Amino acid sequence: MNVIETHALGKSYGSTRALNDCTVAIPEGHVAALVGPNGAGKTTFLNIAVGLANPTTGTLTVLGGCPAGSQAGLDGIAFVAQDTPLYKNLSAGDLVHVTRNLNRRFDQGYAMQRLCELGIALRQKAGKMSGGQQAQLALTLALARRPRLLLLDEPMAMLDPLARHDFMATVMTAVVDDGVSVVLSSHVLAELERVADYLVLISRGRVQMVGEVDDLLARHRVLTGPSSQSDRYAEQWNVVHESRGASQTHLVVRCDSTSDPVPSGWEAHPLTLEELTLAYLREPGAAALPGPSWGRQAERSEATI
Amino acid sequence: MTTLSTFALPVRAEEENLRPLPWRQMAWVTWRQHRTGLTAVTAMFAAIAVLLGVAGLHLHHAYAAAIACQPANSFACNNLVNTFNGMYGFVANGFIFQPVPALVGAFLGAPVLARELESGTFRFAWTQGFGRWRWTFAKVVGLGCVVTAVAGAISVLLSWYYQPYFPAGSQALYVSRELPLMASSPLGAGLFDLRGVTFAAWALAAFATGLLTGVLVRRVVPAIVATLVAYTGLAFAVGGILRQHYLAPLVTSKLNIPDSAWVLSQQWLTKAGRPASQSVLSHVLQGAPGQLFSKGGVPKSVNVWQYLVQHGYTQLTTYQPADRFWPFQWIEGGWLFALSVLLIAATVWLVRRRAA
Repeated sequence: MNVIETHALGKSYGSTRALNDCTVAIPEGHVAALVGPNGAGKTTFLNIAVGLANPTTGTLTVLGGCPAGSQAGLDGIAFVAQDTPLYKNLSAGDLVHVTRNLNRRFDQGYAMQRLCELGIALRQKAGKMSGGQQAQLALTLALARRPRLLLLDEPMAMLDPLARHDFMATVMTAVVDDGVSVVLSSHVLAELERVADYLVLISRGRVQMVGEVDDLLARHRVLTGPSSQSDRYAEQWNVVHESRGASQTHLVVRCDSTSDPVPSGWEAHPLTLEELTLAYLREPGAAALPGPSWGRQAERSEATI
Repeated sequence: MTTLSTFALPVRAEEENLRPLPWRQMAWVTWRQHRTGLTAVTAMFAAIAVLLGVAGLHLHHAYAAAIACQPANSFACNNLVNTFNGMYGFVANGFIFQPVPALVGAFLGAPVLARELESGTFRFAWTQGFGRWRWTFAKVVGLGCVVTAVAGAISVLLSWYYQPYFPAGSQALYVSRELPLMASSPLGAGLFDLRGVTFAAWALAAFATGLLTGVLVRRVVPAIVATLVAYTGLAFAVGGILRQHYLAPLVTSKLNIPDSAWVLSQQWLTKAGRPASQSVLSHVLQGAPGQLFSKGGVPKSVNVWQYLVQHGYTQLTTYQPADRFWPFQWIEGGWLFALSVLLIAATVWLVRRRAA
């Protein structure tokens, strides 16, 4: 089942195109990172998925084919928006009660236990909490709904490193224990390395790269060699990004396998997720679509049916 | 760190029983979110009620004393009449209560959605299982009912308070010619929309105006200002222009129009049926005998009118009779209620449709 599936999705605000012709499928059971520079369309993508915005063109379905914003979507998806907006004048206990009253499914025990562990008193007002506590409270309310899909919009942007770590620990616990699928948008690349196992790279409103992280890393590598030869090899290889120095050149290339032979004088290194992402972000034209894992993804979705 | 991740979510049963979501759960949410505003409105109305109650008892006593006094026109009785007429003069014309619906609309109605949109909490509220349009509908209708009910209760009290100005069960005014009690037309501006059903209707309309401006403007303070402006414009347009056209006004050439009638215009016509200007009338009156004028040379109006009528002039009075009070109440209450329903429907539709 795909937790989010889009087909030729487009969204315009007036004459500004926030999303353009996005076709992407995110299978369940992943922590998927929605990565892209500011203004790339990440928030728009999530808003459409949760029914807060309507697409201008194309379609987006959630949880295996339900329309975005439908009752099934609302019941099965919990959304923590950017800057975790909560009613600042309500106490933690009231917010738990409000969320419970607004949902068909709510795990009161989980919410209470989490608040206790976080050291948040029920009488404490949301507006008086630290940024980290507010984020944790919003996340607790979302997870207590026992969603099948958790959407997080820039959850870590406002948090200090410790709070980021704690926040993602809570998310990962829910992933392991409850099997909830997660889609989170972020431009904090370093944080994603530890948690994300699926990547959707959005740039300028277009999906640039999509696939499982391990897969993507296995199909890319950095080749380092003399600059004098780089032009010759650049034509043979599928170069994503090139950084050329006076004597040495680094080429980020897409390949079938990291064990492909390397010409003499050249060295091959694996990429980290951050390096891979940066390489693509620096080259918005280097669309990896249908992408390295595109064919395999189609197979997978057939297999799950 | 370990303490943060020890608690495990229970394993999910695949065929879960989703609880139903009855509307009353939303009622609790609405109450919890708006209890400050609702308390403030209720406190405002309660304060008005207490003051009106105390003042009203005084007023009714003074009225009863003035009516019961014998012999009329005696010095003592005139004193009682003057006491009644001078009592709570700043309340008597009703203008002090005219802004109340506007305040309800601006400070309770406008922030309901504007605050959600301004602070971003709509992203929380509209992605819960209750659903966006049900959330809006429940909130708006619930608060609207409370506003209408409280305003209705207050208008019962207002009707009681102002009853001495419209005595004798009917809306007609003459108690006795000897007692020149202060009197107003029940249809006149200032008091008409404080009594009957219109006060509650105006409060609801103001509240609905606040809701719609809130969702259009999306910011609390500008929405409050816009609501006040919109409401004031509507209130003046209705009181000044629209209300007198609810039913076709009556036209009479009689001179003794009851004081309770709402006189819209008066005009003298010549024998030929053309409008007579002020200078023509003055010219005619120059030939009038001196007894028409009191000592200071000021014309006594009744005598002057009769003199003019004797000389072939007619006075046409266009007016709304006082017994149209209830028809006017239902007409105004009815269209305001319909307007409120439209505004609320537009609000819910905008929330449902609008891309956030």
